[in-house]
Amino acid sequence: MKNNPIKIMLATCCILFSTKMQAQDLLDLLGDEKPKKEFVKNAFKSTRVINGHSIEFLSPGTMDLRILHRFGMLNQGYKNFFGLDQASMRLGFDFGLRNNMMVGIGRSTYKKELDAFIKYAPIRQSTGHHSFPISVVTIAGITANSAPFANQTIQNFTTSKIAYYFQMAIGSKISEAFTLQVTPTMVHNNIVPLSTDPNDVYSVGVGGRLKFTKRMALTWDYFYLITGKTADVNYNPLAIGIDVETGGHVFQLHFSNSTGMNERAFLNETTNTWGKGEIRWGFNLSRVFQIKKNKKAE
Amino acid sequence: MKKSILILAFSSLVSISFAQEKYFTKTGKVSFDATANKSPEIIKGTNKSTTMVLDSKTGDMQFVLQTKGFEFERALMQEHFNENYIESTKFPKAEFKGAITNNATVNYTKDGTYNVTVKGKLTIHGVTNDATTDGKITVKAGKVTAEASFVALLADYKVAIPTVVADKVATSAKVNVVCALEALKK
Repeated sequence: MKNNPIKIMLATCCILFSTKMQAQDLLDLLGDEKPKKEFVKNAFKSTRVINGHSIEFLSPGTMDLRILHRFGMLNQGYKNFFGLDQASMRLGFDFGLRNNMMVGIGRSTYKKELDAFIKYAPIRQSTGHHSFPISVVTIAGITANSAPFANQTIQNFTTSKIAYYFQMAIGSKISEAFTLQVTPTMVHNNIVPLSTDPNDVYSVGVGGRLKFTKRMALTWDYFYLITGKTADVNYNPLAIGIDVETGGHVFQLHFSNSTGMNERAFLNETTNTWGKGEIRWGFNLSRVFQIKKNKKAE
Repeated sequence: MKKSILILAFSSLVSISFAQEKYFTKTGKVSFDATANKSPEIIKGTNKSTTMVLDSKTGDMQFVLQTKGFEFERALMQEHFNENYIESTKFPKAEFKGAITNNATVNYTKDGTYNVTVKGKLTIHGVTNDATTDGKITVKAGKVTAEASFVALLADYKVAIPTVVADKVATSAKVNVVCALEALKK
């Protein structure tokens, strides 16, 4: 009887150890690793929601060739083939410099306008250790009208052709499928047609995407014009579209009431409204090329 | 009571000595090549932060990697790999749990190269399949290197390749595992 407790203990020990050995996962021996900080990627398929910038960046070492088209108004009917007879385009090249920095240049047929921008994210959405729920992106851009001056009889200044825009995009990839962002924007025009027109035009944009398959998403891009006179004469640009990723290309097919393809143009000069059916069909085509190969892949 | 304490002490000793016969790495290299014949682009990903543990006593072997850790030559491939094919947010890990079936033939204390067969379960894209492959264990100056290459059929792991890219992405991936292991001290 005296031996019994020892025997029982021994037996329990054996069982305990054997089960421990059985159930033990070899990988658990290394201990639990703290989840590393990881930046959230692919909040949008492209670096633009539709018209405006998105919180997404190009990867470093890549170039994005962007071909944008905006057609005429749908309500013109068959005589203009629902607007397809009139096309306005922008050709652009964007370059990814760092994971949170990119630059781009472009030229639009509308007003023969050149544009350039730099986009930088001081804060990026992340998960894991020291995670942060949102991305904060800052964008500064410049546009220059390259058409000859309308009135050659007066003294003209080159600076009159230039406008600037400053924007913040604050957004979050809330789930794998859903991303939402808010973009307060200021456009500064060096010159305006009338003394009553404001030089600075303020607006706030709301953009988002809803992914419905791995390669397709619904997107929308709306800007609310705050500044008095510009807001009275113009309409708030709204674009609704579908992003389709085909492997090498991203197509952003959409309907919108604006024709401009840079911030100055679509925020200052959207003269059409969805209410009257003045809707335009348009698309953005994006093709990303790898210029500098990723050395970490070797 | 004294006896049982002794037994406990002894068994904990045993488990300590046991642990020293395990080898591990956190910087193992796993690469795969899923380039289709005649594809103009090489579709190859490399992961250099694979964790592997090998128990030299039993031959048990396990490794795990974060699929987001795969690096590609082209950023777009990396994006598509994570977003469309492997779905890294949904299935962040790929894992192998198995054992060397002929572990007795490997002498971990003697330098040399030993051919082994590894059998176990491989989990990719949330799908687990039985896997068997030939590999190599190299012992040199106390360092153990485990190597293996095998072919994984993408369809077995429910990784769909759309017809648009079928001329670039193959239906199977050649996987290569190289892990230089160190003794696990605990």
